[in-house]
Amino acid sequence: MSIDIETAARVAKLARIRVEDDALPALAQEFSNILGFIEQLNEVDVEGVEPMVSVEPMRLKRRKDAVTDGGMQDKILANAPDAREGFFAVPKVVE
Amino acid sequence: MTDLTKLKIAEARDALRNGDVSSVELTEACLAAIDKADVLGAFVHKTPEVAMGQAKSADDRIKAGDAPDLCGIPLGIKDLFCTKGVPSQAASAILNGFKPEYESTVTSQLFDAGAVMLGKLNMDEFAMGSSNETSTYGNAINPWRRGNDDTALTPGGSSGGSASAVAADLCLGATGTDTGGSIRQPAAFTGITGIKPTYGRCSRWGIVAFASSLDQAGPMTKDVRDAAIMLEAMCGHDPKDSTSADLAVPNFEAMLTGDIKGKVIGIPREYRMDGMPDEIEALWADGRKMLEDAGAVIKDISLPHTKYALPAYYVIAPAEASSNLARYDGVRYGHRAKLAQGDGITEMYEKTRAEGFGPEVQRRVMVGTYVLSAGFYDAYYNRARKVRTLIKKDFEDVFAQGVDAILTPATPSAAFELGKEHTDPVEMYLNDVFTVTVNLAGLPGISVPTGLDKQGLPLGLQLIGRPWEEGDLLNTAYALEQAAGFVAKPTQWW
Repeated sequence: MSIDIETAARVAKLARIRVEDDALPALAQEFSNILGFIEQLNEVDVEGVEPMVSVEPMRLKRRKDAVTDGGMQDKILANAPDAREGFFAVPKVVE
Repeated sequence: MTDLTKLKIAEARDALRNGDVSSVELTEACLAAIDKADVLGAFVHKTPEVAMGQAKSADDRIKAGDAPDLCGIPLGIKDLFCTKGVPSQAASAILNGFKPEYESTVTSQLFDAGAVMLGKLNMDEFAMGSSNETSTYGNAINPWRRGNDDTALTPGGSSGGSASAVAADLCLGATGTDTGGSIRQPAAFTGITGIKPTYGRCSRWGIVAFASSLDQAGPMTKDVRDAAIMLEAMCGHDPKDSTSADLAVPNFEAMLTGDIKGKVIGIPREYRMDGMPDEIEALWADGRKMLEDAGAVIKDISLPHTKYALPAYYVIAPAEASSNLARYDGVRYGHRAKLAQGDGITEMYEKTRAEGFGPEVQRRVMVGTYVLSAGFYDAYYNRARKVRTLIKKDFEDVFAQGVDAILTPATPSAAFELGKEHTDPVEMYLNDVFTVTVNLAGLPGISVPTGLDKQGLPLGLQLIGRPWEEGDLLNTAYALEQAAGFVAKPTQWW
Protein backbone atom coordinates (compact mmCIF):
# COMPACT_ATOMS: atom_id res chain seq x y z
CA MET A 1 0.00 0.00 0.00
CA SER A 2 1.38 3.34 -1.00
CA ILE A 3 0.67 6.48 1.02
CA ASP A 4 0.32 9.70 -0.93
CA ILE A 5 1.40 13.14 0.22
CA GLU A 6 -2.15 14.26 1.02
CA THR A 7 -2.65 11.24 3.30
CA ALA A 8 0.65 11.92 5.06
CA ALA A 9 -0.41 15.53 5.60
CA ARG A 10 -3.80 14.42 6.94
CA VAL A 11 -2.22 11.96 9.39
CA ALA A 12 0.22 14.62 10.63
CA LYS A 13 -2.72 16.94 11.17
CA LEU A 14 -4.68 14.27 13.07
CA ALA A 15 -1.61 13.56 15.24
CA ARG A 16 -1.16 17.32 15.89
CA ILE A 17 2.43 17.26 14.67
CA ARG A 18 3.54 20.05 12.35
CA VAL A 19 5.30 18.68 9.27
CA GLU A 20 6.63 21.19 6.76
CA ASP A 21 5.49 20.68 3.16
CA ASP A 22 8.98 19.83 1.91
CA ALA A 23 9.23 16.99 4.46
CA LEU A 24 5.99 15.32 3.37
CA PRO A 25 7.26 13.23 0.42
CA ALA A 26 9.91 11.52 2.60
CA LEU A 27 7.34 10.94 5.35
CA ALA A 28 4.89 9.43 2.88
CA GLN A 29 7.64 7.09 1.67
CA GLU A 30 8.43 5.98 5.24
CA PHE A 31 4.77 5.31 5.94
CA SER A 32 4.56 3.26 2.76
CA ASN A 33 7.56 1.15 3.84
CA ILE A 34 6.16 0.52 7.30
CA LEU A 35 2.67 -0.24 6.06
CA GLY A 36 4.17 -2.54 3.41
CA PHE A 37 5.78 -4.47 6.25
CA ILE A 38 2.49 -4.59 8.16
CA GLU A 39 0.62 -5.87 5.09
CA GLN A 40 2.03 -9.33 5.84
CA LEU A 41 -0.75 -9.65 8.39
CA ASN A 42 -3.17 -10.11 5.50
CA GLU A 43 -1.69 -13.59 4.95
CA VAL A 44 -3.06 -14.80 8.29
CA ASP A 45 -6.44 -16.51 8.46
CA VAL A 46 -8.17 -14.67 11.32
CA GLU A 47 -11.67 -15.96 10.58
CA GLY A 48 -13.50 -16.48 13.87
CA VAL A 49 -10.56 -15.27 16.01
CA GLU A 50 -11.37 -12.83 18.81
CA PRO A 51 -9.14 -9.75 19.03
CA MET A 52 -7.07 -9.80 22.23
CA VAL A 53 -8.40 -7.45 24.87
CA SER A 54 -6.67 -8.68 28.00
CA VAL A 55 -3.09 -9.89 28.12
CA GLU A 56 -3.58 -12.20 31.09
CA PRO A 57 -7.03 -13.62 31.75
CA MET A 58 -7.95 -11.81 34.93
CA ARG A 59 -10.79 -9.68 36.11
CA LEU A 60 -9.85 -6.07 36.59
CA LYS A 61 -10.14 -5.03 40.22
CA ARG A 62 -12.95 -2.75 41.19
CA ARG A 63 -12.58 -0.02 43.73
CA LYS A 64 -14.91 2.28 45.55
CA ASP A 65 -15.75 5.36 43.52
CA ALA A 66 -14.46 7.70 46.18
CA VAL A 67 -12.17 10.69 46.48
CA THR A 68 -8.82 9.37 47.73
CA ASP A 69 -6.56 12.28 46.98
CA GLY A 70 -6.60 15.97 46.20
CA GLY A 71 -5.92 19.44 47.52
CA MET A 72 -2.59 19.80 45.73
CA GLN A 73 -3.16 22.52 43.17
CA ASP A 74 0.41 23.80 43.56
CA LYS A 75 1.88 20.38 42.80
CA ILE A 76 -0.40 19.86 39.80
CA LEU A 77 0.70 23.19 38.34
CA ALA A 78 4.36 22.94 39.36
CA ASN A 79 5.52 21.61 35.98
CA ALA A 80 3.26 23.70 33.73
CA PRO A 81 5.02 25.81 31.09
CA ASP A 82 2.51 28.58 31.80
CA ALA A 83 0.38 28.62 34.96
CA ARG A 84 -1.45 31.71 36.16
CA GLU A 85 -3.72 32.34 39.13
CA GLY A 86 -4.13 28.66 39.81
CA PHE A 87 -4.88 27.65 36.22
CA PHE A 88 -3.08 26.20 33.20
CA ALA A 89 -2.79 29.04 30.70
CA VAL A 90 -3.21 28.44 26.94
CA PRO A 91 -3.66 30.70 23.89
CA LYS A 92 -7.14 32.09 23.43
CA VAL A 93 -9.51 29.31 22.30
CA VAL A 94 -12.83 31.13 21.88
CA GLU A 95 -13.08 34.37 19.91
CA MET B 1 37.83 -4.13 50.09
CA THR B 2 38.88 -3.24 46.56
CA ASP B 3 36.80 -2.87 43.43
CA LEU B 4 33.58 -2.35 45.35
CA THR B 5 31.67 -1.46 42.19
CA LYS B 6 32.42 -4.88 40.72
CA LEU B 7 30.45 -6.59 43.49
CA LYS B 8 27.25 -8.37 42.62
CA ILE B 9 24.11 -7.51 44.57
CA ALA B 10 24.18 -10.78 46.53
CA GLU B 11 27.86 -10.31 47.44
CA ALA B 12 27.32 -6.70 48.50
CA ARG B 13 24.29 -7.67 50.57
CA ASP B 14 26.34 -10.22 52.48
CA ALA B 15 29.29 -7.84 52.90
CA LEU B 16 26.97 -5.10 54.19
CA ARG B 17 25.33 -7.43 56.69
CA ASN B 18 28.71 -8.71 57.89
CA GLY B 19 29.90 -5.15 58.36
CA ASP B 20 32.75 -5.64 55.86
CA VAL B 21 31.63 -2.57 53.96
CA SER B 22 29.16 0.27 54.45
CA SER B 23 26.57 1.50 51.99
CA VAL B 24 28.25 4.91 52.11
CA GLU B 25 31.55 3.37 50.95
CA LEU B 26 29.82 1.36 48.26
CA THR B 27 27.86 4.39 47.08
CA GLU B 28 30.93 6.65 47.02
CA ALA B 29 32.79 4.05 44.96
CA CYS B 30 29.96 3.92 42.43
CA LEU B 31 29.66 7.72 42.24
CA ALA B 32 33.42 7.96 41.56
CA ALA B 33 33.16 5.29 38.84
CA ILE B 34 30.22 7.15 37.27
CA ASP B 35 32.18 10.43 37.16
CA LYS B 36 34.98 8.68 35.30
CA ALA B 37 32.60 7.16 32.76
CA ASP B 38 30.85 10.19 31.25
CA VAL B 39 32.06 9.09 27.82
CA LEU B 40 29.72 6.06 28.05
CA GLY B 41 26.70 8.38 28.19
CA ALA B 42 24.97 5.98 30.58
CA PHE B 43 24.04 8.27 33.48
CA VAL B 44 22.21 11.34 32.21
CA HIS B 45 21.11 12.82 35.54
CA LYS B 46 23.41 12.11 38.47
CA THR B 47 21.87 12.25 41.95
CA PRO B 48 24.81 12.07 44.39
CA GLU B 49 22.94 13.93 47.15
CA VAL B 50 19.94 11.63 47.01
CA ALA B 51 22.31 8.66 46.92
CA MET B 52 24.39 9.70 49.94
CA GLY B 53 21.25 10.43 51.99
CA GLN B 54 19.79 7.03 51.14
CA ALA B 55 23.13 5.31 51.82
CA LYS B 56 23.38 6.84 55.31
CA SER B 57 19.82 5.75 56.15
CA ALA B 58 20.58 2.28 54.80
CA ASP B 59 23.65 1.99 57.01
CA ASP B 60 21.53 2.90 60.06
CA ARG B 61 18.97 0.33 59.07
CA ILE B 62 21.59 -2.38 58.59
CA LYS B 63 23.09 -1.58 62.00
CA ALA B 64 19.62 -1.87 63.53
CA GLY B 65 19.33 -5.34 62.03
CA ASP B 66 16.42 -4.39 59.77
CA ALA B 67 17.91 -4.91 56.35
CA PRO B 68 15.96 -6.22 53.36
CA ASP B 69 18.11 -7.72 50.58
CA LEU B 70 18.46 -4.46 48.67
CA CYS B 71 19.21 -2.31 51.71
CA GLY B 72 22.23 -0.16 50.89
CA ILE B 73 22.62 -1.43 47.31
CA PRO B 74 23.43 1.34 44.76
CA LEU B 75 21.27 1.13 41.62
CA GLY B 76 20.73 3.10 38.43
CA ILE B 77 17.19 4.01 37.39
CA LYS B 78 16.04 4.20 33.77
CA ASP B 79 14.87 7.70 32.85
CA LEU B 80 11.40 6.27 32.05
CA PHE B 81 10.62 5.92 35.78
CA CYS B 82 9.17 8.99 37.48
CA THR B 83 11.34 9.82 40.48
CA LYS B 84 10.15 12.53 42.81
CA GLY B 85 11.98 15.84 42.45
CA VAL B 86 14.49 14.34 40.01
CA PRO B 87 14.36 14.94 36.23
CA SER B 88 12.38 12.15 34.54
CA GLN B 89 11.98 12.82 30.87
CA ALA B 90 11.94 9.50 29.03
CA ALA B 91 14.96 10.81 27.11
CA SER B 92 12.65 13.21 25.28
CA ALA B 93 13.02 16.94 24.71
CA ILE B 94 9.26 17.26 25.17
CA LEU B 95 9.75 16.54 28.88
CA ASN B 96 12.62 19.03 29.31
CA GLY B 97 12.59 20.32 32.85
CA PHE B 98 9.95 17.88 34.10
CA LYS B 99 10.43 16.93 37.74
CA PRO B 100 7.64 14.65 38.96
CA GLU B 101 5.86 15.45 42.21
CA TYR B 102 5.47 11.71 42.79
CA GLU B 103 7.42 8.46 42.77
CA SER B 104 6.71 5.46 40.54
CA THR B 105 5.50 2.37 42.39
CA VAL B 106 8.51 0.28 41.33
CA THR B 107 11.07 2.85 42.48
CA SER B 108 9.22 3.47 45.74
CA GLN B 109 9.28 -0.27 46.43
CA LEU B 110 13.02 -0.33 45.73
CA PHE B 111 13.66 2.68 47.97
CA ASP B 112 11.41 1.26 50.72
CA ALA B 113 13.66 -1.82 50.58
CA GLY B 114 16.62 0.48 51.21
CA ALA B 115 18.05 0.68 47.69
CA VAL B 116 20.18 3.71 46.77
CA MET B 117 19.56 5.72 43.57
CA LEU B 118 22.78 6.86 41.88
CA GLY B 119 21.02 8.66 39.04
CA LYS B 120 18.90 8.35 35.93
CA LEU B 121 19.95 6.27 32.96
CA ASN B 122 19.95 6.94 29.24
CA MET B 123 17.50 5.23 26.90
CA ASP B 124 15.82 5.58 23.52
CA GLU B 125 13.27 8.39 23.46
CA PHE B 126 10.02 7.08 25.01
CA ALA B 127 11.64 3.61 24.86
CA MET B 128 11.23 3.60 21.07
CA GLY B 129 14.39 2.18 19.58
CA SER B 130 16.87 -0.67 19.68
CA SER B 131 20.18 1.22 19.73
CA ASN B 132 19.77 4.12 22.20
CA GLU B 133 20.28 6.48 19.24
CA THR B 134 16.90 8.22 19.53
CA SER B 135 17.71 9.76 22.95
CA THR B 136 17.65 13.52 23.41
CA TYR B 137 20.75 13.11 25.60
CA GLY B 138 22.83 11.56 22.82
CA ASN B 139 24.02 7.99 22.50
CA ALA B 140 24.81 5.61 25.31
CA ILE B 141 27.90 3.59 24.39
CA ASN B 142 28.66 -0.07 24.92
CA PRO B 143 31.67 -0.66 27.22
CA TRP B 144 32.49 -3.68 25.01
CA ARG B 145 34.64 -3.21 21.90
CA ARG B 146 35.68 -5.47 19.05
CA GLY B 147 39.10 -6.42 20.32
CA ASN B 148 41.43 -3.43 19.85
CA ASP B 149 39.09 -1.72 17.39
CA ASP B 150 37.83 1.50 19.01
CA THR B 151 34.63 1.74 16.92
CA ALA B 152 31.79 2.83 19.22
CA LEU B 153 29.15 0.11 19.51
CA THR B 154 25.55 0.36 20.66
CA PRO B 155 24.63 -1.06 24.06
CA GLY B 156 21.25 -1.84 22.49
CA GLY B 157 17.95 -0.27 23.38
CA SER B 158 15.80 0.97 24.62
CA SER B 159 17.39 0.34 28.06
CA GLY B 160 20.86 1.14 26.66
CA GLY B 161 22.04 3.30 29.56
CA SER B 162 21.01 0.63 32.06
CA ALA B 163 22.90 -2.05 30.13
CA SER B 164 26.02 0.08 29.68
CA ALA B 165 26.07 1.11 33.37
CA VAL B 166 25.73 -2.44 34.71
CA ALA B 167 28.24 -3.91 32.24
CA ALA B 168 30.78 -1.17 33.08
CA ASP B 169 30.33 -1.70 36.85
CA LEU B 170 29.02 1.82 37.46
CA CYS B 171 26.22 0.41 39.60
CA LEU B 172 25.32 -2.98 41.03
CA GLY B 173 22.06 -3.27 39.11
CA ALA B 174 19.61 -1.14 37.16
CA THR B 175 15.94 -0.94 36.33
CA GLY B 176 14.85 -1.43 32.75
CA THR B 177 11.57 -1.62 30.90
CA ASP B 178 10.64 -3.91 28.04
CA THR B 179 7.92 -3.34 25.43
CA GLY B 180 9.35 -5.40 22.57
CA GLY B 181 12.76 -6.51 23.86
CA SER B 182 14.11 -3.37 25.55
CA ILE B 183 15.54 -5.24 28.56
CA ARG B 184 16.60 -8.48 26.88
CA GLN B 185 18.29 -7.13 23.72
CA PRO B 186 20.56 -4.61 25.54
CA ALA B 187 21.35 -7.24 28.20
CA ALA B 188 22.49 -9.60 25.43
CA PHE B 189 24.56 -6.86 23.76
CA THR B 190 26.46 -6.09 26.98
CA GLY B 191 26.96 -9.52 28.56
CA ILE B 192 24.54 -9.02 31.45
CA THR B 193 21.28 -10.62 32.61
CA GLY B 194 17.86 -9.04 32.10
CA ILE B 195 14.39 -10.37 32.82
CA LYS B 196 11.01 -9.12 31.67
CA PRO B 197 8.42 -10.61 34.03
CA THR B 198 4.87 -11.67 33.16
CA TYR B 199 2.64 -8.78 32.12
CA GLY B 200 1.07 -7.55 35.37
CA ARG B 201 3.89 -8.62 37.73
CA CYS B 202 5.27 -5.10 38.14
CA SER B 203 3.09 -2.06 38.53
CA ARG B 204 3.27 0.33 35.60
CA TRP B 205 2.17 3.28 37.74
CA GLY B 206 4.57 6.18 37.42
CA ILE B 207 6.45 4.67 34.47
CA VAL B 208 6.08 6.87 31.39
CA ALA B 209 3.69 4.88 29.19
CA PHE B 210 4.66 3.74 25.68
CA ALA B 211 2.38 0.79 24.81
CA SER B 212 0.34 -0.04 27.89
CA SER B 213 -0.59 -3.62 26.95
CA LEU B 214 3.07 -4.52 26.30
CA ASP B 215 5.16 -2.46 28.78
CA GLN B 216 6.73 -4.21 31.77
CA ALA B 217 9.54 -3.20 34.11
CA GLY B 218 12.30 -5.57 35.12
CA PRO B 219 15.83 -5.72 36.52
CA MET B 220 19.15 -5.67 34.61
CA THR B 221 21.91 -7.24 36.66
CA LYS B 222 25.30 -8.95 36.63
CA ASP B 223 23.88 -12.44 37.08
CA VAL B 224 20.73 -14.51 37.51
CA ARG B 225 20.81 -14.49 41.32
CA ASP B 226 20.89 -10.70 41.35
CA ALA B 227 17.99 -10.63 38.88
CA ALA B 228 15.98 -12.85 41.26
CA ILE B 229 16.73 -10.60 44.24
CA MET B 230 15.93 -7.36 42.45
CA LEU B 231 12.85 -8.67 40.64
CA GLU B 232 11.29 -9.76 43.91
CA ALA B 233 11.58 -6.22 45.27
CA MET B 234 10.08 -4.71 42.10
CA CYS B 235 7.03 -7.02 41.86
CA GLY B 236 3.72 -6.96 43.61
CA HIS B 237 0.13 -5.83 43.42
CA ASP B 238 -0.56 -2.12 43.18
CA PRO B 239 -4.10 -0.73 43.47
CA LYS B 240 -2.94 2.21 41.31
CA ASP B 241 -2.43 -0.09 38.28
CA SER B 242 -5.58 -2.06 37.51
CA THR B 243 -3.58 -4.50 35.35
CA SER B 244 -1.16 -5.37 38.13
CA ALA B 245 -1.77 -8.90 39.36
CA ASP B 246 -2.96 -9.56 42.89
CA LEU B 247 -0.73 -12.60 43.32
CA ALA B 248 1.77 -13.47 46.01
CA VAL B 249 5.37 -12.78 45.04
CA PRO B 250 7.54 -15.81 45.82
CA ASN B 251 11.08 -15.71 47.15
CA PHE B 252 12.68 -16.06 43.73
CA GLU B 253 16.22 -16.41 45.06
CA ALA B 254 15.22 -19.42 47.18
CA MET B 255 14.03 -21.13 43.99
CA LEU B 256 17.54 -21.11 42.45
CA THR B 257 18.58 -24.72 42.98
CA GLY B 258 20.10 -25.26 39.54
CA ASP B 259 18.21 -28.56 39.37
CA ILE B 260 16.34 -28.80 36.06
CA LYS B 261 16.22 -32.59 35.75
CA GLY B 262 13.19 -33.65 33.73
CA LYS B 263 12.22 -30.08 32.76
CA VAL B 264 11.00 -29.92 29.20
CA ILE B 265 12.72 -27.24 27.09
CA GLY B 266 11.15 -26.37 23.75
CA ILE B 267 13.23 -25.35 20.72
CA PRO B 268 10.96 -23.49 18.29
CA ARG B 269 11.79 -24.21 14.66
CA GLU B 270 10.40 -20.86 13.46
CA TYR B 271 13.20 -19.01 15.28
CA ARG B 272 15.74 -20.40 12.81
CA MET B 273 15.72 -17.36 10.56
CA ASP B 274 17.06 -17.10 7.03
CA GLY B 275 20.47 -15.48 7.04
CA MET B 276 21.02 -16.04 10.76
CA PRO B 277 24.76 -15.78 11.49
CA ASP B 278 26.51 -19.12 12.11
CA GLU B 279 27.69 -17.86 15.48
CA ILE B 280 24.14 -17.34 16.70
CA GLU B 281 23.18 -20.77 15.37
CA ALA B 282 26.14 -22.32 17.21
CA LEU B 283 25.37 -20.43 20.42
CA TRP B 284 21.82 -21.73 20.33
CA ALA B 285 22.99 -25.31 19.73
CA ASP B 286 25.44 -24.97 22.63
CA GLY B 287 22.66 -23.77 24.93
CA ARG B 288 20.49 -26.69 23.92
CA LYS B 289 23.35 -29.07 24.75
CA MET B 290 24.04 -27.39 28.10
CA LEU B 291 20.44 -27.75 29.23
CA GLU B 292 20.32 -31.34 27.99
CA ASP B 293 23.52 -32.16 29.90
CA ALA B 294 21.92 -30.62 33.00
CA GLY B 295 19.14 -33.19 32.73
CA ALA B 296 16.46 -31.31 30.82
CA VAL B 297 14.40 -32.98 28.10
CA ILE B 298 14.76 -31.16 24.78
CA LYS B 299 11.71 -31.04 22.54
CA ASP B 300 11.42 -29.54 19.09
CA ILE B 301 8.32 -27.38 18.94
CA SER B 302 6.46 -25.14 16.54
CA LEU B 303 5.16 -21.61 17.13
CA PRO B 304 3.55 -21.18 13.72
CA HIS B 305 2.63 -17.48 13.91
CA THR B 306 6.10 -16.23 14.90
CA LYS B 307 6.64 -14.57 11.52
CA TYR B 308 3.68 -12.26 12.13
CA ALA B 309 4.76 -11.03 15.56
CA LEU B 310 6.80 -8.05 14.36
CA PRO B 311 4.17 -6.75 11.93
CA ALA B 312 1.46 -7.16 14.60
CA TYR B 313 3.69 -5.36 17.10
CA TYR B 314 4.24 -2.48 14.69
CA VAL B 315 0.50 -1.93 14.55
CA ILE B 316 -0.34 -2.41 18.23
CA ALA B 317 2.60 -0.57 19.81
CA PRO B 318 2.31 2.59 17.65
CA ALA B 319 -1.49 2.57 18.10
CA GLU B 320 -1.14 2.55 21.88
CA ALA B 321 1.72 5.05 21.71
CA SER B 322 -0.30 7.51 19.65
CA SER B 323 -2.94 7.44 22.35
CA ASN B 324 -0.53 7.54 25.32
CA LEU B 325 1.56 10.34 23.84
CA ALA B 326 -1.46 12.54 23.16
CA ARG B 327 -0.91 13.93 26.67
CA TYR B 328 2.23 15.82 25.57
CA ASP B 329 0.48 18.95 24.45
CA GLY B 330 2.58 21.72 25.98
CA VAL B 331 -0.02 22.50 28.62
CA ARG B 332 0.66 20.53 31.79
CA TYR B 333 4.37 19.74 31.78
CA GLY B 334 7.53 19.91 29.73
CA HIS B 335 8.22 21.86 26.59
CA ARG B 336 5.94 24.41 24.94
CA ALA B 337 6.91 25.93 21.59
CA LYS B 338 7.31 29.68 21.25
CA LEU B 339 4.26 30.91 19.41
CA ALA B 340 4.01 33.45 16.63
CA GLN B 341 1.60 36.36 16.58
CA GLY B 342 -1.90 35.04 15.96
CA ASP B 343 -1.10 31.39 16.74
CA GLY B 344 -3.97 29.59 18.42
CA ILE B 345 -4.14 26.43 20.49
CA THR B 346 -3.87 24.08 17.48
CA GLU B 347 -0.62 25.75 16.40
CA MET B 348 0.60 25.43 19.97
CA TYR B 349 -0.02 21.65 19.93
CA GLU B 350 1.46 21.14 16.48
CA LYS B 351 4.59 23.21 17.01
CA THR B 352 5.19 21.85 20.50
CA ARG B 353 4.96 18.25 19.35
CA ALA B 354 7.07 18.87 16.22
CA GLU B 355 9.83 20.44 18.33
CA GLY B 356 9.57 18.10 21.31
CA PHE B 357 9.33 14.67 19.68
CA GLY B 358 12.27 13.19 17.76
CA PRO B 359 11.83 11.63 14.29
CA GLU B 360 11.25 8.01 15.43
CA VAL B 361 8.65 9.04 18.01
CA GLN B 362 6.87 11.26 15.48
CA ARG B 363 6.90 8.41 12.98
CA ARG B 364 5.36 5.95 15.43
CA VAL B 365 2.74 8.40 16.70
CA MET B 366 1.68 9.07 13.12
CA VAL B 367 1.65 5.38 12.13
CA GLY B 368 -0.46 4.74 15.22
CA THR B 369 -2.78 7.56 14.30
CA TYR B 370 -3.15 6.14 10.81
CA VAL B 371 -3.93 2.54 11.86
CA LEU B 372 -6.56 3.80 14.31
CA SER B 373 -8.15 6.26 11.90
CA ALA B 374 -11.66 5.83 10.52
CA GLY B 375 -11.74 3.26 7.74
CA PHE B 376 -8.48 1.54 8.73
CA TYR B 377 -9.21 0.46 12.30
CA ASP B 378 -10.54 -2.96 11.29
CA ALA B 379 -8.03 -3.58 8.52
CA TYR B 380 -5.00 -2.84 10.69
CA TYR B 381 -5.65 -2.56 14.41
CA ASN B 382 -8.31 -5.24 14.83
CA ARG B 383 -6.50 -7.62 12.51
CA ALA B 384 -3.29 -7.16 14.50
CA ARG B 385 -5.14 -7.88 17.75
CA LYS B 386 -6.54 -11.08 16.24
CA VAL B 387 -3.07 -12.14 15.15
CA ARG B 388 -1.93 -11.38 18.69
CA THR B 389 -4.53 -13.85 20.00
CA LEU B 390 -3.07 -16.49 17.65
CA ILE B 391 0.51 -15.77 18.77
CA LYS B 392 -0.50 -16.19 22.41
CA LYS B 393 -2.32 -19.41 21.52
CA ASP B 394 0.85 -20.79 19.90
CA PHE B 395 2.52 -20.53 23.31
CA GLU B 396 -0.49 -21.89 25.20
CA ASP B 397 -0.48 -24.93 22.93
CA VAL B 398 3.16 -25.80 23.60
CA PHE B 399 2.80 -25.22 27.33
CA ALA B 400 -0.22 -27.57 27.25
CA GLN B 401 2.07 -30.18 25.65
CA GLY B 402 4.19 -30.07 28.79
CA VAL B 403 6.87 -27.58 27.76
CA ASP B 404 8.29 -25.75 30.80
CA ALA B 405 10.47 -23.20 29.03
CA ILE B 406 11.50 -22.25 25.51
CA LEU B 407 15.10 -21.60 24.43
CA THR B 408 15.85 -19.11 21.65
CA PRO B 409 18.63 -16.71 20.68
CA ALA B 410 18.14 -13.30 22.34
CA THR B 411 19.19 -11.24 19.33
CA PRO B 412 19.93 -11.84 15.63
CA SER B 413 23.46 -10.39 15.97
CA ALA B 414 26.04 -9.04 18.42
CA ALA B 415 26.17 -5.30 19.23
CA PHE B 416 26.43 -3.21 16.06
CA GLU B 417 28.08 0.12 15.26
CA LEU B 418 26.59 3.38 16.40
CA GLY B 419 25.99 6.15 13.90
CA LYS B 420 25.27 4.03 10.84
CA GLU B 421 22.65 5.64 8.71
CA HIS B 422 19.30 3.92 9.11
CA THR B 423 17.44 4.60 5.91
CA ASP B 424 14.73 2.01 6.48
CA PRO B 425 13.12 2.02 9.95
CA VAL B 426 11.96 -1.57 9.41
CA GLU B 427 15.60 -2.75 9.41
CA MET B 428 16.02 -1.53 12.99
CA TYR B 429 12.74 -3.19 13.99
CA LEU B 430 14.20 -6.62 13.10
CA ASN B 431 16.40 -6.44 16.22
CA ASP B 432 13.36 -7.47 18.23
CA VAL B 433 12.47 -10.48 16.12
CA PHE B 434 13.17 -13.02 18.91
CA THR B 435 11.90 -10.97 21.84
CA VAL B 436 8.72 -9.30 20.65
CA THR B 437 6.56 -12.46 20.68
CA VAL B 438 7.01 -12.60 24.46
CA ASN B 439 5.52 -9.13 24.97
CA LEU B 440 2.59 -9.88 22.68
CA ALA B 441 1.85 -13.04 24.67
CA GLY B 442 2.48 -11.35 28.05
CA LEU B 443 5.01 -14.04 29.07
CA PRO B 444 8.15 -13.80 31.19
CA GLY B 445 11.45 -13.85 29.27
CA ILE B 446 15.06 -13.68 30.38
CA SER B 447 18.29 -13.04 28.52
CA VAL B 448 21.43 -14.77 29.81
CA PRO B 449 24.96 -14.20 28.45
CA THR B 450 26.39 -17.52 27.26
CA GLY B 451 29.24 -16.77 24.88
CA LEU B 452 31.46 -14.41 22.89
CA ASP B 453 31.59 -13.99 19.14
CA LYS B 454 34.79 -14.06 17.03
CA GLN B 455 35.37 -10.38 17.73
CA GLY B 456 35.05 -10.85 21.46
CA LEU B 457 31.56 -9.41 21.84
CA PRO B 458 29.01 -11.01 24.18
CA LEU B 459 26.03 -12.99 22.90
CA GLY B 460 22.97 -14.06 24.86
CA LEU B 461 20.28 -16.70 24.84
CA GLN B 462 16.67 -16.12 25.77
CA LEU B 463 14.50 -18.39 27.89
CA ILE B 464 10.73 -17.92 27.80
CA GLY B 465 8.61 -19.21 30.68
CA ARG B 466 5.02 -19.95 31.57
CA PRO B 467 2.94 -17.03 32.86
CA TRP B 468 3.61 -16.18 36.53
CA GLU B 469 6.35 -18.79 36.78
CA GLU B 470 9.30 -16.42 36.92
CA GLY B 471 10.79 -18.49 39.77
CA ASP B 472 10.97 -21.61 37.64
CA LEU B 473 12.25 -19.58 34.68
CA LEU B 474 14.98 -17.98 36.79
CA ASN B 475 16.03 -21.43 37.99
CA THR B 476 16.35 -22.70 34.40
CA ALA B 477 18.32 -19.55 33.57
CA TYR B 478 20.50 -20.23 36.60
CA ALA B 479 21.26 -23.75 35.34
CA LEU B 480 22.13 -22.33 31.91
CA GLU B 481 24.34 -19.67 33.51
CA GLN B 482 26.18 -22.32 35.57
CA ALA B 483 26.77 -24.45 32.49
CA ALA B 484 27.85 -21.55 30.28
CA GLY B 485 30.23 -20.14 32.89
CA PHE B 486 30.25 -16.73 31.24
CA VAL B 487 32.64 -14.50 33.24
CA ALA B 488 34.08 -12.19 30.54
CA LYS B 489 34.12 -8.47 31.26
CA PRO B 490 34.83 -5.53 28.95
CA THR B 491 38.37 -4.16 29.18
CA GLN B 492 38.22 -0.72 30.73
CA TRP B 493 39.05 1.97 28.13
CA TRP B 494 36.92 4.82 29.44
